[in-house]
Amino acid sequence: MKALKIIVLAKQVPDTRNVGKDAMKADGTVNRAALAAIFNPEDLNALELALQLKDKVKGSTLTILTMGPGRAAEVIREGLYRGADNGILLTDRKFAGSDTLATSYALAQTIKKMKDFDVVFAGRQAIDGDTAQVGPQVADKLNIPQITYAEEIVDVNDKEIIIKRRLDRGVEVVSSSKPVLITVHSSAPDCRPRNAKLLMKYKHSKTVTEVQDMSEDYLDIYQTRPYLKIEEWSVNDIEVEDRALGLGGSPTKVKKIENVVFKAKESKKLTPLDEDIDDLMKELIENHTIG
Amino acid sequence: MANFYNDNKDLKFHLHHPLMKKIVSLKEKDFEDAGKYDYAPVDFEDTMDSYEKILEIVGEISGDIIDPNAESVDKEGPQLIKNEVVYARGTQENYEALTKAGLVGLALPRRYDGLNFSVVAYVMSGELVSRADAGFANIWGLQDCAETMHEFASEELKDEFLPRFSEGATAAMVLTEPDAGSDLQAVQLKGKPITATYDKEKDTYYLNGVKRFITNGDADIQLVLARSEDDTADARGLSLFVYDRTDQAVVIRRLENKLGIKGSPTCEMVYTNAPAKLIGDRKMGLIKYVMSLMNSARLGIGAQSTGLGEAAYREALKYAKERVQFGKPIIEFPAVYEMLRTMEVRNKAMRSLLYETARYIDIYKAYNYIAEDRSLTSDERKEAKKYQRLADVFTPLLKLISSEYANSIAYDSIQIHGGAGFMKDFPIERIYRDARITSIYEGTSQLQVVAAIKGVSAGGYLNRIKEFEEEKVNPELEYLRKILQEMTSEYEAMVSFVNERNDNEYLDFHARRLVEMAGNIIIGYLLLQDTMREEEFRVTAELFIKTGRSENIQKADYIKNSELKDLGIFKYPN
Repeated sequence: MKALKIIVLAKQVPDTRNVGKDAMKADGTVNRAALAAIFNPEDLNALELALQLKDKVKGSTLTILTMGPGRAAEVIREGLYRGADNGILLTDRKFAGSDTLATSYALAQTIKKMKDFDVVFAGRQAIDGDTAQVGPQVADKLNIPQITYAEEIVDVNDKEIIIKRRLDRGVEVVSSSKPVLITVHSSAPDCRPRNAKLLMKYKHSKTVTEVQDMSEDYLDIYQTRPYLKIEEWSVNDIEVEDRALGLGGSPTKVKKIENVVFKAKESKKLTPLDEDIDDLMKELIENHTIG
Repeated sequence: MANFYNDNKDLKFHLHHPLMKKIVSLKEKDFEDAGKYDYAPVDFEDTMDSYEKILEIVGEISGDIIDPNAESVDKEGPQLIKNEVVYARGTQENYEALTKAGLVGLALPRRYDGLNFSVVAYVMSGELVSRADAGFANIWGLQDCAETMHEFASEELKDEFLPRFSEGATAAMVLTEPDAGSDLQAVQLKGKPITATYDKEKDTYYLNGVKRFITNGDADIQLVLARSEDDTADARGLSLFVYDRTDQAVVIRRLENKLGIKGSPTCEMVYTNAPAKLIGDRKMGLIKYVMSLMNSARLGIGAQSTGLGEAAYREALKYAKERVQFGKPIIEFPAVYEMLRTMEVRNKAMRSLLYETARYIDIYKAYNYIAEDRSLTSDERKEAKKYQRLADVFTPLLKLISSEYANSIAYDSIQIHGGAGFMKDFPIERIYRDARITSIYEGTSQLQVVAAIKGVSAGGYLNRIKEFEEEKVNPELEYLRKILQEMTSEYEAMVSFVNERNDNEYLDFHARRLVEMAGNIIIGYLLLQDTMREEEFRVTAELFIKTGRSENIQKADYIKNSELKDLGIFKYPN
């Protein structure tokens, strides 16, 4: 079948799964410096499905698109190490403070600029905001169909792509024409490990901004190997209206943030008696831990 | 989210040994591959950075995939279905992950799709995988066969077989026969011999006979030792062949049911007119090629033992911190913490010996490959020879000591677990069973002593010890060097004492004691050098040297008080 152009939307996020005591600043905002920046976990699932699609349809190309500060280029390198062909870092001060609406606007305009594409993959949601809105909004702005909660590519042919979705009470198999946007659930396969050869091939890949701090020893190979150049786009590279970007283009405002202080102890001692177990069961049902 | 490379800083320490500068420059020959392959390094730092990053991938796969699979692989094991060995589900998953990550055939040069990994880095990846699952490490470690083919096979065979490794081909070394175990010279002497007959027209040999205890016997690429010369009965009649599984001329008769490493299939195989190609020259099969293969395999057991030791130690440490008895964690009791610290010291000790040995092998092999392109200068030849000799005496010493240590650490780890360790509930019972084979296969400990005693009688160990003695040591470590010097004099005295008897059986009788005495001194010096580079090793060096001294005193005392006639007390009449 005809080769596909695949795009994966990926985000660099603070590792909120390993939160230490200094994860939050006194003013209630996330202390990004104290948290490792990682590839958003469900975006890795999305990358895996995208790679599987690329493996399936010979000649297909896979581009990683990420919006974020300069260091988010790391997400693109991680993609290259696993089999992506190239990447675009969308970065500009004007994007700062974007909510999901402004983000999806910027991403959609970038994808339009990238012209033809067949399948866009994205993780269901990011572990920092947990909105699960960006993927669907991008699809809406591109005016293409969307499939959410994907966990498996069942089949693909020139006409359609068939996807298994993971829902609360079962699975659903749906098909869609292309182009299509697919958001991927964490029940999809884990992303494959980095490939040793690809890692060695791409480890010196850099954006133009990063090159300025690059060790001189590797400038030479950077200049002679075009694939080491990671595209870096700013607002000037895409057609956007400034007022729809960043904080100004974000109708969502954070009204209040509260620090949650765990009052209850994490462990509780029970005697192995029927009534103690009974009490525990009642408590768990009452606070909806089970049932 | 476990990474077995990143969670053990000793690995980084050994990887960044000063000698690596030399090793990398020999391996990468002025970085000539950088112009030809997009994944080749451009300088020393770039090479080391790649080693580290790739070891991180191995560490991640070991921690996140292989280790979690180990229990089910041990339970499930491989199955024999329609003459085909089907790996346990977890084994398949492990191998696929490593293949996809480009980690099979990683020691091969780039022209065969390999990563041109140095022996040190390759062995380290073996240690990581072994810590996760020692049985699986066998299947993966059999890529050593690629190295043997690379060293000795013809260009055509290399072009045909070697690139298949990076695509995930599995391999087996097919040596043992029902009547030829430790004594491989006996291959095809008795029972159903495996023979090779030559068809000149097709330039093909045909193998016939039975092989037993073959790890991963159903592999895609099989290196088979067989008798090619009629009317011979010793090693000189044996040649090495490569058999391609796609030829379908082998029947797997049975899979063994083993104590440990249960995920690794052990096969009995019948070759019936199985077509095979000769590797290298006839008659050199056992004498040269299998000896080389064995040496790689023994180094591999060193890595496997170190990985097992690390796993067993970590299990014990975790348990001892959590288990509360008499109102406190058991790690606070002297009987327990002494045991734990001793395990840790032994683990670090064998690791130092492992990477030292790997460095020697790295250097002389790199010279051998350079010699294929140009003649070596006389200095280079001398150096290559020196390191080859060191590798020859260090390899059996490593195999002996590391496998025995792995067993002792696993034994003590169960002891620390108490009754819980005897149950199937903790990983340690599997690790303990897996460790047991290390002192048996690829040559038993007793046979390692036979190889290592040459290092005692020909002075190989002593020469190296004398070199160690010359090396600079900080004043505050001088007291440890002094102990090692005393141990050396005592060792020399015992060697002369035994030699003066001028009796081979007497020498054999004390061989293990003498080899272990040398081992204690050598490891003592290695840990002293480690301490010079990294102060944290001081405790290890001190504990090891002190224990080593008392062990050596005991051995010397035993030797001094033994007479020729004592052998008779042990000996069973014919």
